[in-house]
Amino acid sequence: MSQIIVDRQIVEDSTQLLRLNEDGSFADVPATGPVLVPLKQYLAQKEALRARGDVGVWFAPDDEPEDLGADAQALAVIAVEFPAFTDGRGFSIGRLLRERYGYTGQLRAFGDVFKDTINYLYRCGFNAFAVRADKDIAEAAKGLDDFTEFYQASVQQPVPLFRRRTLA
Amino acid sequence: MYVYDEIDQQIVDARVAQFRDQTRRYLAGELTEDEFRPLRLQNGLYIQRHAPMLRVAIPYGELHSRQIRVLAEVARKYDRDYAHFTTRQNIQYNWPALENVPQILADLATVQMHAVQTSGNCIRNTTSDQFAGVAHDEIIDPRPWCEIIRQWSTFHPEFAHLPRKFKIAVNGAAEDRSAILVHDIGVNVVRNEAGETGFQVYVGGGLGRTPIIGALIKPFLPKEHLLSYFDAVLRVYNRYGRRDNKYKARIKILVKAMTPEAFAAKVEEEWAFLKDGPQTLTQAEIDRVAAFFVDPAYEALPGDDAAFLAAKASNPAFARWVERNVFGHKKPGYACVTLSLKARGIAPGDASDKQLDDVADLADKFSFSEVRVSHDQNLILPYVKQADLFAVWEEAKRIGFATPNVGLLTDVICCPGGDFCSLANAKSIPIALAIEERFDNLDYLHDLGEIELNMSGCMNACGHHHIGNIGILGVDKNGSEWYQVSLGGRQGDAASIGKVIGPSFAQDDMPDVIEKIINVFVENRHGDERFIEVFDRIGMDPFKAKVYPGKVVAKEAV
Repeated sequence: MSQIIVDRQIVEDSTQLLRLNEDGSFADVPATGPVLVPLKQYLAQKEALRARGDVGVWFAPDDEPEDLGADAQALAVIAVEFPAFTDGRGFSIGRLLRERYGYTGQLRAFGDVFKDTINYLYRCGFNAFAVRADKDIAEAAKGLDDFTEFYQASVQQPVPLFRRRTLA
Repeated sequence: MYVYDEIDQQIVDARVAQFRDQTRRYLAGELTEDEFRPLRLQNGLYIQRHAPMLRVAIPYGELHSRQIRVLAEVARKYDRDYAHFTTRQNIQYNWPALENVPQILADLATVQMHAVQTSGNCIRNTTSDQFAGVAHDEIIDPRPWCEIIRQWSTFHPEFAHLPRKFKIAVNGAAEDRSAILVHDIGVNVVRNEAGETGFQVYVGGGLGRTPIIGALIKPFLPKEHLLSYFDAVLRVYNRYGRRDNKYKARIKILVKAMTPEAFAAKVEEEWAFLKDGPQTLTQAEIDRVAAFFVDPAYEALPGDDAAFLAAKASNPAFARWVERNVFGHKKPGYACVTLSLKARGIAPGDASDKQLDDVADLADKFSFSEVRVSHDQNLILPYVKQADLFAVWEEAKRIGFATPNVGLLTDVICCPGGDFCSLANAKSIPIALAIEERFDNLDYLHDLGEIELNMSGCMNACGHHHIGNIGILGVDKNGSEWYQVSLGGRQGDAASIGKVIGPSFAQDDMPDVIEKIINVFVENRHGDERFIEVFDRIGMDPFKAKVYPGKVVAKEAV
């Protein structure tokens, strides 16, 4: 069990993250319990895994949301890995899943995630954050409010400031 | 100029608070050096050779006198009484203490200034024409578009951690003074045959170690689609730009690898999803922003001022300054004045706190309180009455900003180099100063005419050496500093990259080398030909023969 932030609340989470085996083959999916499988594995075993309600998918930065497409809508959890917080590809993945493929379930960022990254992540559609284990998760949650007003359209505020200014 | 409303101010204030917290956590050991580095860079803070360096944005080069006074105050209070104007319409402080930087940013925020995204792998300060809004050859004022881009790029959630830095420049005049062809995105604001405003979009230009001229990927983008199209370009770059090698991470490498045609097609594919979405600009917003860039309260003047013309005719020194440092204005009876920050013995682009205060006074008295910063590292008074030019000249002389050398050999564009910058391979300022000293005869300098000499202390090319008619690049050879010279580069509509003349030179030889190059030009010059015209006519070989005497000049590979 570890703690993650979901919808601004700190909650316990027991999701298991499954990686490919070192030789690139698929690892066995545990029979029960919530699990995140690599996109490649999910695509290969979709028929078997789809029936389970507790299997989610995780994306590496170079995975393509296009490969999952509208199938995303059937999932309860999708996670995106940030191997380093300076790798911004996951921001685009988040927006594409939410804005193009209609994904409405939990979107979780994991990896190099901490206070100074989660405001941008939140705006790109992430609502769950597996904060790095050596960082204070309560402090990290405060980062959600580092900024409260924004210029651009985003998942969290689909109307850009200039359209809201005009209305005011 | 643009004036913040409460929301603009709130966003900048939130950034100051965030950075104060980040600095506190770094000093308390809660953020590691590796974590803090990208965060401080996105606030313009480098750790340099001697101390931190803070780079403050001057969006598209516009400054109010009240802002200049705060820049002077920051130099006095937190630095060593001077600051340095860069080649991208930023100003740098070389000696602030890290723990003072949050307060410096707070001071700057009181006059609507910031250091947001002036470094780091994000969208940088948008740059433009220093004569925007006043140039006699302007087609469309680029400033409203720059401000719209500034707001779009500020804390863009998706593009905060790009593969590498990303620079945008906008031009709206007949002559490109914004170097748009050597930017990641370069934009020409144009009108189509129906009279509608839109944009020519170039991508993948850049200098650095792989200099490339940008490729036109969108001949006419209707104005309302500017931001959705930029989102598409940036998304393609964010997802597919290389992240494995920082020297191959700029968008120019991606565009070259894909070919501009394939890159453009990929952008179109992405844009199809974004076009007509919420980022589509409204006429109300375009009008709101444009209303900040209206003309000041010009007097209706009949035309050229008689007293000014008389002074020019009777005073050769004044006439020389007018010839070099005064630029044509769209309004009869008015002029733009360039204050040269290239005085002999002063590092190009440097200004003291006192000089900054004096410039603010000049702006208040003669230029509706406004000043511009050029990418040539000079300052401009954009709204001067011709009748005031003589008084402005007298004042500029007193300040030390009246060197009549704009566009001439000694108007050197130069990075801070190895004296300050930890990236540099070699010093650049002492070379610039030595060349200025060698060519200190003003009559001779004027006779030589327009020559752009650009110098960078390393191949990051902050001094834009590739596009100098004469380019100088500092290189490291076995731990000692050498200088590689290139000829034939140019900026503007016909921007091109200079060619390296041959093996590099030692520091002490550089004034002689430049003098030899100038002599070849003079010997071959017809009438008033410019250096670049002579170079285009006679080619590299005569220059090679002069600077490498006794060596066989190899024919250039075809």
